[in-house]
This record gives sequence, structure tokens and C-alpha cells, in this order.
Amino acid sequence: MADPTTATTASGKPRHRRRRVRDLRAMPGFTATAWITIVTLYLPILVLVAFSFNENRSVVLWTGFSLDWYAKALENDGIRNAAWVSVKVALFATVISTIVATMAALATTRTKKFAGQGLVFGIINQPLMIPEIVTAIATLSLFALVKKITGLTGIGYLMMAHAAFCIPFAYMPIRARLETMTLTLEQAAADLYAPPLKVFTLVTLPLLGPGIVAGAMLAFVVSLDDVIITLMIAGPGETTLPIYILGAIRRGITPEINAVSTILVAVSVLLVMLLFVVQRRMQR
Amino acid sequence: MSGREPHTALAAAIAQNRRNKRVTRAWLLAPALTIILAISILPLGITVVYSFLTPGTYGGVTWEFSTDSYVQFLFQRDIFDDTLVFNSAYVSIFLRSIGLALGATIGALILGFPTAYFIASKPREQRNIWLFLITLPFWTNLLIRTYAMLLIIRDEGIINIMLMKAGIISSPLTILYTDTAVFIGLIYSFLPFMVLPIYASLEKLDFSLVEAGYDLYANRLKVLFHVIVPLAKPGIVAGSILVFIPALGAYITPELLGGGKKLMIGNMIAMQFGASRNWPFGSAAALILMALVVVVLLLNALAARRGASNNG
Repeated sequence: MADPTTATTASGKPRHRRRRVRDLRAMPGFTATAWITIVTLYLPILVLVAFSFNENRSVVLWTGFSLDWYAKALENDGIRNAAWVSVKVALFATVISTIVATMAALATTRTKKFAGQGLVFGIINQPLMIPEIVTAIATLSLFALVKKITGLTGIGYLMMAHAAFCIPFAYMPIRARLETMTLTLEQAAADLYAPPLKVFTLVTLPLLGPGIVAGAMLAFVVSLDDVIITLMIAGPGETTLPIYILGAIRRGITPEINAVSTILVAVSVLLVMLLFVVQRRMQR
Repeated sequence: MSGREPHTALAAAIAQNRRNKRVTRAWLLAPALTIILAISILPLGITVVYSFLTPGTYGGVTWEFSTDSYVQFLFQRDIFDDTLVFNSAYVSIFLRSIGLALGATIGALILGFPTAYFIASKPREQRNIWLFLITLPFWTNLLIRTYAMLLIIRDEGIINIMLMKAGIISSPLTILYTDTAVFIGLIYSFLPFMVLPIYASLEKLDFSLVEAGYDLYANRLKVLFHVIVPLAKPGIVAGSILVFIPALGAYITPELLGGGKKLMIGNMIAMQFGASRNWPFGSAAALILMALVVVVLLLNALAARRGASNNG
């Protein structure tokens, strides 16, 4: 980049000028602040992960490396049951929300503006805009009413609640993917007399694949991590892993919790990293 | 003319096609909309109804109309003469929450803006890594992140140990279970929401404008506040809203870091559905929280419209 200032007045103090030109974009203290942000975001988690490998019962002093707490956590029936409930609920929520989000994305992209489009977007994104605690107590009120009227109980309520709040998360990447896909390939297939269903399964779906995978992963992570809605509506025997962890923290800090927490964080991080790779491939 | 027939046939086919498209669209949208309407929007209606009912003895509601929940928010009924006396307990919880949420928003802005600018000024490859690092915490469990924060700010946490080893303090600082802890926790929880929208508005920043500012003898501060900040304004506003709203309704942060004693709106609402069992009052409090959120969003929409008309 040629800088006119340097060109006209360079004769004075060239060295000083050159330095100023080089970090024209930099602002004093901004780099430091960026690093403070990263340290703030990561230090607590790193400490947690480190102490989950501590051999000592104390969560304060480091005495040596050990996997004991992982072994203890995996033997704990409460943790195992909670993990199983979490996976069951998350899988159900992921499948349902991804399917309906894919359908909704197909309906709302690559078309001309249609009547009620804004309303449809508003409804789909609604779970994102309302404070979670409000959704939680509102859902609890509805389910209490339904339970009273129908007498039905079970984990189905929790599963449906998760499916509902996962929809916008599944919808976002699928819609983003669809918007980058032109209709030309589908039109070409139709021109070659492929029936609509074949066009969809052989052309649209494979192209949309990465978007659907991304949506499903986000839905899974969001369901797995939910605390507030689950806390409000989960009945006895429907304790998910985060709810178990919350209860355990309230009872007192143990290295076992650190181990379970680390596992849960690792699952989310792995899924999101995978997602990052998928999306990078999508861009190519 | 012979050309007319095909034309009408074509028009009919187009109309038919359009109708088909509309029907297909309706079928594709139906499941998602049904689920969200039934499980997220219908319940809000029920909450409105519940807020006007009488609390049941063991939680739940009794179907008797009452405005007590809203009255209770501001007043306390005197036991002796049944008069209403102003009660500041719940109002002060709301004000506390608004204060903490505002503070967290400002704190997140102070950390988030420079971070976003720093990322935007990096070459593309490095930007992606930084963005990934900022986004990743958002996808990890908020409860676990908050618990991790609890671990390091405890009296015997790593921060106190390090400060004591360095000789800066002689006895541990009590951070946990104070407002400071909640404030730190809120910033920590929602910081990524501030960085990402600001980055999005700075990403396309034309740095030649910054150069032009320097050419016109502006110093760094002037360039920052007269060139960069105005260009980043939409991101700053979006980020502030994205931090303020979840911070206002926060549950986990005050629960763990405030020790359940330093209440915020979210905990107060949850309590009404648990231990203290007054569902109508909890519903009313939730609706008042919703109303606050709607006011913030409306103000934003109004400001955006005014901005647009000023520019146009």
C-alpha cells in the first residue's frame, strides 16, 4: 500500500514513518485486550480439565497425574444413568429437529418472498429470542396442564421440549447451505425427466448433506448442554448429565465432577471442531 | 389467433404450478411450526393465564381469577388492616438484575470491542483461528464453564493462590458469592456474543478510511472514535443486546457464583416454581421480564428505523 504521507515527507524521519505505516491498523492495548479475552475464556476450563487429572482428592493442590476420578465417575450409577438419559433425549431431539428444520429450510429458501415470510422466520427463531427461564417455566406450565388432563407421564415431554428449542439451531446452517446452492442442478435433473422425488434424493439431498450434518451436530450439542429448561421440566428418573452435575456442585465440589465435566466439554468441543472442518469443506 | 390457446394453457399451468408450490411449502413448514407453536408459543399464552390465577397449595394453580400476582410485585398486604404497603423486595431484585446486566454489557464491550477489532485487522487465515477460539466456548456447557469459573475465583482458587504467592495480597480476596462474582461470571458467559457481531461489522471495514483519518492528521483516539466506532455501531448495538438479554434472565451464573443468596430475576422466577411454589406470581414475574426484553428490542428497532431514515 503506497502511503502518500510517506512519499511526500519521508525525507524527514524515514524510520519513524515506516513504523507508523506498518502498524497503521493497530490500536494501542488492543492486542493485549484480545489476549486477555482469550485467557478469560479459556483459563477456567483449562484449570478444571487439569484438576480432573489430579491424583489428590483436593481440588486445590496438584500432587500428581491420575485417571482415578474418571474411573470413579464411570462406575457411578447416578452418572451413568444421567449420561444415558442425556444421550437418549439429545438423539431424539436431534433427529426430530433436524428433519423438521430441513423441511422448513427447503420451504423458506430459494423462493420469491411469500406472504407471512417474516412471521415464519419469527416463529422458527422464537426459541432464541425469549429468555430461557421464561421458556422453561412456560413449558412447565403447559406440561403440568397436559399431564393433569391426559394423565400421561414419561420422558416424552422432556424429549419434545428439547426438540422444540433445537429447531432454530438446526435450521440456521441448513438454510445457510441452501442459500449457497443454485437451482440449476435440480432444474437440469428435472429437464432430464427425473421425477421430483428422485431430484430430491439424488441431487438436492446430497448437496445439502453438509448443512444437514452441521445442523444435526448443533442440535445435539445444544440439547446435551441444556440446563434451565431440563431443570424445570425433568421428572424423577429423568436427570440428564448437566442436571446431575448441578446437583453435585450444590452438594459440594469433588474431583469426580471435574472428570464428568471434562468429558462433557470434550464431547462438545470435538463435535464443534468436526463441524468446523465440515463447514470449511463446504466453503470449498 | 391460434397463439391465444397455448397462452391461456400456459397461464393455467403457471397458476397451477404456483398453487402446487404454495401447498408444498405449507406441508414442509407445518411440522416445524406446529412443534414451536405448541411447545414454545402456546405455553406463553398459558403463562399469561396462570399469572391471573390463584396459587395452588402444593404448587400449580387454582382456577380463580386474581390480580394478586401483579399487586404482590409492588405491594405487601398489611396483615392487620389489609391495606397495601409498598414492598421494594421484588422491584429491587429487578433493578439489581438490570444493573448487573448493564454492567456486564459494558464490561463485555470494553473487552469485546478491542478483541473484535484486533481479529478484523489480522490476515484471513489467522482470523479464522481467532474466531474459532471465540466461538468454541459458546458451544461448551454454560453450567460447566460457570463451575470452572467458581473453581478459580474461590478463596482457595488459583487466582487467590497466585496473588498470595506473588505477595500482592496476604489473605484471600473474597470474590465468590458476591456481586463481583456474578458480574465476572456474566461477562465470562456472554463475551462471545459481543465479539462476534462487532467483528461482523468490522470485517468489511475499509482500512483506507483509517489511513485517510491519519492522513488528515487525526490521532489514534480520533480515528478510533470518529472513524472506526461509527462504522462498527451496528455490531456494537447487536452485541450489546445479545449480551444484555441473556444476562438479564441469567439463572446459572447467580445460582452458582452468587451462592443462591444474591438473587437475579431468573432465580426468583425459578424459585416460585420450586421451593416457594407460587406459580401465578412466577408467571407474572416471567412476563414482566419478557416485557423488559420486548422494550429493549423495540427501542432497538425504533433507533434502527430512525438511523435508516436519517441516512436516507
